[in-house]
Amino acid sequence: MTAHDSAGEPSAVRTHEAAALDAAIDDLLAGGISWRETAHFAFETLRTNPVRTLLTALGVLIGVAAVIALLAIGRGSQESITSSITANGANLITLRPGASTSGGVRGAVGESDSLTMNDAEALADPLRAPNIALVSPEYAGSAQLVTGSNNANARVTGATPVYAEVHNTTVEEGGFLSEAQNRSAENVVILGATIATTLFPDGGAVGEQVRLNGQNFTVIGVLKSSGGTGFGSVDDGVIVPLTTAQRKLFGARAIGGSWSVSTIVVQATSAETVDAAAEEVATILREDHSLPADGSGDTFSAINQQTILETVTQTTQLLTLFLGAIAAISLLVGGIGIMNIMLVSVRERTREIGLRKALGAKEGDILLQFLFESLALSGVGGLAGLILGSAIALSVNLTGLVTVSLSWDVALLAFGFALAVGLFFGIAPARSAARLDPIVALRYE
Amino acid sequence: MQTMIKVRDLARTYQMGDIEIHALRGVSFDIHRGEFVAIIGPSGSGKSTLMNLIGCLDAPSEGSYELDGLPVELLDTELLAAMRNRKIGFVFQQFHLLARGTALANVALPLAYRGGISSNERMERAAAALERVGLGNRLDHRPHQLSGGQQQRVAIARALVNDPALLLADEPTGALDTATSAEILGLFSDLNRSGMTVVLVTHEPDVARATRRLLEIRDGRLMRDVPTSEAWASQPTPTQRRRRLPVRQQWRIAP
Ligand SMILES: Nc1ncnc2c1ncn2[C@@H]1O[C@H](COP(=O)(O)OP(=O)(O)OP(=O)(O)O)[C@@H](O)[C@H]1O
Ligand SMILES: [Mg+2]
Repeated sequence: MTAHDSAGEPSAVRTHEAAALDAAIDDLLAGGISWRETAHFAFETLRTNPVRTLLTALGVLIGVAAVIALLAIGRGSQESITSSITANGANLITLRPGASTSGGVRGAVGESDSLTMNDAEALADPLRAPNIALVSPEYAGSAQLVTGSNNANARVTGATPVYAEVHNTTVEEGGFLSEAQNRSAENVVILGATIATTLFPDGGAVGEQVRLNGQNFTVIGVLKSSGGTGFGSVDDGVIVPLTTAQRKLFGARAIGGSWSVSTIVVQATSAETVDAAAEEVATILREDHSLPADGSGDTFSAINQQTILETVTQTTQLLTLFLGAIAAISLLVGGIGIMNIMLVSVRERTREIGLRKALGAKEGDILLQFLFESLALSGVGGLAGLILGSAIALSVNLTGLVTVSLSWDVALLAFGFALAVGLFFGIAPARSAARLDPIVALRYE
Repeated sequence: MQTMIKVRDLARTYQMGDIEIHALRGVSFDIHRGEFVAIIGPSGSGKSTLMNLIGCLDAPSEGSYELDGLPVELLDTELLAAMRNRKIGFVFQQFHLLARGTALANVALPLAYRGGISSNERMERAAAALERVGLGNRLDHRPHQLSGGQQQRVAIARALVNDPALLLADEPTGALDTATSAEILGLFSDLNRSGMTVVLVTHEPDVARATRRLLEIRDGRLMRDVPTSEAWASQPTPTQRRRRLPVRQQWRIAP
């Protein structure tokens, strides 16, 4: 054996040992518990403590149920308000005397500020206003209606035959106003559905006599109910010929030989031409009333249904958001409840954690087990909350006070948020569990 | 004989605020495969500290420790967890069984952390381990339905289930009465006879006498390392032996 040989031998042994060591360490790193098994441990813990599990999940349950129910109610009312506005016609422009903008001080509405039948006729001229389809001049007031045994206060609208088309009203019994009745200012009346049942509980209103502000009127029709929850519902009103309202009931003024009206409702040819029609309305009225063309001296206001819709939608969306935020806060409180219980649970089970570590559980295994626990708690709470929230929403629907709108996206959002809350509030307890020193944990009393 | 444990100048110092507590002040020894060793010494001498180091539950402040050829003091927490799982079976004074689980579930726990073993096989192996400690008829009992001795047997079965190279026990009979202690000690002797390396901590001479080698610790230092047969100068009389030795040993000596 040479010196060279004996010098080489130890290094050969070392590389051999290093390779063996690497193999041994690779072997140690292989395997380990699967996440399914860890999840199983977590569920087992929850299953063996059913009362605590339910109480802990309760916070999230209430939160999710609140989110679902409140958003369903919020969305439902938003939809019903929106639909009752669009039912009135999305392509309508309502004109009233008086300025719409509150710029500066304005005097009282004078004679020259009134809208008149001349204005209505001018707006109906297809040459001057090609984007306007229909014009409904109206005169509104209120009156007491009396039959032999019943009476009611009602909003009275003086209208022309075109009213029915502009406002989408349908006659249930009898007929609507005719041109002739309007021309000769006849004492005829069409009752809204609610008024009809108040005055004639047994039905058969058509052909009967009604006293309206002391004058005799013949009922010629009853309107179809618009559903009752509508916005500006016609159910509580009655309709008489415009001329009758102006001359016989409310004593409208005649200005320059033309009767005044309280409202002119203009229908654009379509929803897309509403803006163009509004322009035409403004131009015609400014010309005829000799007002500045830039609109600075307008004596009328034009309200677009679209604008109302936007405002209302914005308001109800804000309301829905607000309800949702309140509900989300309760969900967050539920998450804090989970964290609280999980922290207590980690303390209670310190020795178990120590034991698991002594038996070979890695930090990640313990972390995952506790995360699964809080996730399962929020998941169970979320699922139960989904069911409870939907049940609440549906029973609110049954009462008929509000129509609710349940939707999948809200349900998934609430459930997802619940899981996220569980995960977020589970991290701190799980980390404190994973970091426990096994020796200290095993000795913990 | 193959070296299983190689401990060199092992020290462990605890830091308590400004005070350093030298629980272990540098001990060196080897333990070979198949040995049956007792670590003895007065309370506070560092026995548990040493045991935790051997068991890969704790890291030494100084010195080196090789288990089965692996340098334990260099391993990270993840590898230490794997070492505890594969190489070591622990038996604790307080049993440390999971109250919610059956005997079978408790024994199967280390197999779950090992991974890659089907649920059926885990149950079979757990049942076999319980059979081995004489509890084949108590698989579905929960800890509170078992006596102290039986609970410690479940804990021993759990320590055995992964076929560890090393069985460690820190005062395994500390919470048991004399007769039950003898039973448990008999079980350790049987396991050692079948080839298992066993190291236990005790302060009871009767327990120590069942082993074959004594490591005596005092104030964090190794005072004596002797075969058990040489530890007590005056040999006890046969009747004394009979009284002191565990049940199973008695049968073998009596006739
Ligand atoms: N985590 C710790 N922090 C600080 N000091 C500790 C810690 N663990 C143990 N010690 C100290 O180290 C010394 C040795 O403790 P150890 O538990 O090893 O003793 P022991 O021999 O097992 O005693 P016993 O027979 O009572 O179980 C003691 O002085 C003890 O107070
Ligand atoms: Mg001790």
